Amino acid sequence: MATPYAKLPAWADYGLIPLINLTVAFLVSGLVVLLAGENPVKAAGILVSGAFGSGSGIGYTLFYATNFIFTGLSVAVAFHCGLFNIGGEGQAYIGGLGVALVCLAFDTVFPWWLNFPLAILASAALGGAWAFIPAILQARRGSHIVITTIMFNFIAASVMVYLLVGALKPLGSMAPQTRTFEAAAHLPKLDWLITMFGFKLRSTPLNLSFVLALVVSFLVWLLIWRTKLGYEIRTQGFSPRASRYAGISETRIIVITMMISGALAGMMALNPVMGDQHRLQLDFVTGAGFVGIAVALMGRSHPAGIIPASILFGMLYQGGAELAFEMPNISRDMIVIIQGLVILFAGALENLFRPAVQAFFGSVLHEDVRAAPIASGESH
Amino acid sequence: MPAPAIELTGINKSFGPVQANRDINLTVEQGTIHGIIGENGAGKSTLMSILYGFYQADSGSISVGGKPVTIHTPNDAIAIGIGMVHQHFMLVQNFTVLENVMLGAEGGQLLTGSIADARAELHKLEEAYALEVDTEAVIEELPVGLQQRVEILKALYRGAEILILDEPTGVLTPAEADHLFRVLAQLKEQGKTIVLITHKLREIMAITDNVSVMRQGTMVATRKTSETSVEELAELMVGRHVLLRVEKGPAHPGDVKLAVENLTVRDRRGVTMVNNVSFEVRAGEIVGIAGVAGNGQSELIEAIAGMRQAVSGRVLLDGLPIHVTGSADPAELRRRGLAHVPEDRHYTGLVLPFEEAENSILGYHGQAKYLKGPFLDIDAIRKDAAAKIEAYDIRPPNCRLKSANFSGGNQQKIVLAREMEQDPTVLVVAQPTRGVDVGAIEFIHKRIIEMRDAGKAVLLVSVELDEIRSLSDRILVMFAGQVAGERGPDATEGELGLLMAGITDGQEAAE
Repeated sequence: MATPYAKLPAWADYGLIPLINLTVAFLVSGLVVLLAGENPVKAAGILVSGAFGSGSGIGYTLFYATNFIFTGLSVAVAFHCGLFNIGGEGQAYIGGLGVALVCLAFDTVFPWWLNFPLAILASAALGGAWAFIPAILQARRGSHIVITTIMFNFIAASVMVYLLVGALKPLGSMAPQTRTFEAAAHLPKLDWLITMFGFKLRSTPLNLSFVLALVVSFLVWLLIWRTKLGYEIRTQGFSPRASRYAGISETRIIVITMMISGALAGMMALNPVMGDQHRLQLDFVTGAGFVGIAVALMGRSHPAGIIPASILFGMLYQGGAELAFEMPNISRDMIVIIQGLVILFAGALENLFRPAVQAFFGSVLHEDVRAAPIASGESH
Repeated sequence: MPAPAIELTGINKSFGPVQANRDINLTVEQGTIHGIIGENGAGKSTLMSILYGFYQADSGSISVGGKPVTIHTPNDAIAIGIGMVHQHFMLVQNFTVLENVMLGAEGGQLLTGSIADARAELHKLEEAYALEVDTEAVIEELPVGLQQRVEILKALYRGAEILILDEPTGVLTPAEADHLFRVLAQLKEQGKTIVLITHKLREIMAITDNVSVMRQGTMVATRKTSETSVEELAELMVGRHVLLRVEKGPAHPGDVKLAVENLTVRDRRGVTMVNNVSFEVRAGEIVGIAGVAGNGQSELIEAIAGMRQAVSGRVLLDGLPIHVTGSADPAELRRRGLAHVPEDRHYTGLVLPFEEAENSILGYHGQAKYLKGPFLDIDAIRKDAAAKIEAYDIRPPNCRLKSANFSGGNQQKIVLAREMEQDPTVLVVAQPTRGVDVGAIEFIHKRIIEMRDAGKAVLLVSVELDEIRSLSDRILVMFAGQVAGERGPDATEGELGLLMAGITDGQEAAE
């Protein structure tokens, strides 16, 4: 039976609704700024110009965005299989171990262009391996992936503390971190990319990982929409019954998907570890795994949505830091509140305004929409 | 002459650009049974939902008993004496009959007093209309026929003078359906007015006084039932001449292609759903499995198709065993020539958010012709899908449209095209025309016969007795997980009905 809601045209679905959500998030954030006793319009100005107003700002924004692209893709791939991977944080952390091991072992042996692919493989392998155990528990025993991946975040954190105060720490050092890698394990910076557009800048951490993130985004699109494996992942995600009917092994597809998801999260470590800090530090992931969830939700699990969503969150990170610096009444914690509001409206309350928009389209724009039953499978 | 029970004038209702009801006029006389028929999507349910207050009409007026009324909510409808029995029952599964009947009419915070009143009232109703149900029984333990009776009681308890029944016989055995019709006749005698929505023409002929036919949102005709015929009604529904009886020649059975031996299947809770079932299907014949839904047909099919593990027994496909008690894999069975049209096309046979072309390879997506290495060969898949759309007249003919946007009949054709075009040895078809409109039913039946004539072994499962009788060369009736009996295609409905109710040959002789 026809529902009273019209199907939205794609531009409204992917453009208008996120925009409305975002606007509301910023309006509410404005109230928070007002409560703190600052001018919200001025605050918004500082936020945007801090993120995009200078070459350095852009560099930092894209550096943060790189992290979120990887973790966002990780969450998105799992979403397509109907799995909620909350373990990006831990998988990225363990992925960092892979990067560090390659760098520590080969930074005096190989040139950077050989260390880079090795580090990619190592980070993906360890990130994937970390996702393997929750995956097999879900597939074989039905242990809920949300619970197990959260627990594996804690285990990952403990493992890394153990290693960073023990085996990985240089003798005599008091800091819980590895030694600094030699130059052959540093990724090339992309500062030239920004100067090319006419910006002047001091050094930023933006590095080759950003390009890798864009390439991987394309590969994820290829995987999900153009390969047999992606077809099976989506079938499983939309309808486990149809998947069994089609002869797709549930165990196999869950394990493979989770390992790809873990590998993508693991590759996030390349950016801070090999591209910026050049050593493995405690807690280098700093919440990127969780931001990935918001990015994937906001980007509708599509790489073309995840990249802009990541840049938005990169802007909040970078511009937020500037804002906390410029406005004494706005602390670092208030930036977290603003980020939380964006996650709330763009992620958790994604469908808040959808009925109203659909009703509007249904009544006003008859000619370019076609009424369709809302299939239950679409509601992810 | 008394004022008509219901008078709808100029009802219009649109959902976005789709006009579900277009300028509908309907008059239902008091104390009659009025049938409303039409294909899926003709607007019957929308019209009744407007009458029952689920939707508001965009324009038009409603009169009940000669007085104009406005109905905004189901409560308004109940207040003016309209009751509705839905196709999918609106009952709380773990409540008793009494609690369900009282729900929404508790009359106070404390239930003690009202429970006693309700019980007395309910007993009075049961007696008056011969609708006996144990008032203390829990709903989930009652058979479907009795659950439906509770729905009717619920409506009567609220003082319904007009009763709307939406596809009431879909879930009933022929005997239960007959009983329902007797109840309806009795209600009519007592002066109640009944509106019966159905797509089964025979029911219309059997019990209604008047019948209205809907097509594509409009009311195309209203007839006195005694002055019309099944043929005329079918033609009015579809808008062209329809062949109701499938034409088929005699079967020429060949070798056994599918053999089921002592198959036993349990469900998740460990309840035996299929109990020691054996039969065979030969090349070039259609074996039909009849039975009321829930008697093990679904589990039987799923076990044969490798989707559900059996406890014991053997299944031979073209002489070679299928590992039904272990690792039978639907993908491997497909390669061996077993095609399966599942009973639930929405969540099993199709992935609704997929494009039509993507669904046209579901289960066969590993075949070399659809792949280029690890990649899907999108061009080949779309070309293949377009060819099937053409051959099976799937509408709209757009292989890039989301499958959810096709009508039920066309969705079913997508599944049939996929499974039949693989040139299988054995075709297992479950509920091929459930929720499918009359025009498409004719097409689907013809295709199934063509498969048989092409020498395929066809196993057909359906709860529609007419379908089983018109297509099958042999009929097996399942009851409580067992084959209650086998009959030829000329078995009468009464004969099959007895088997469906579990009265087997031995018992029959004893009686």
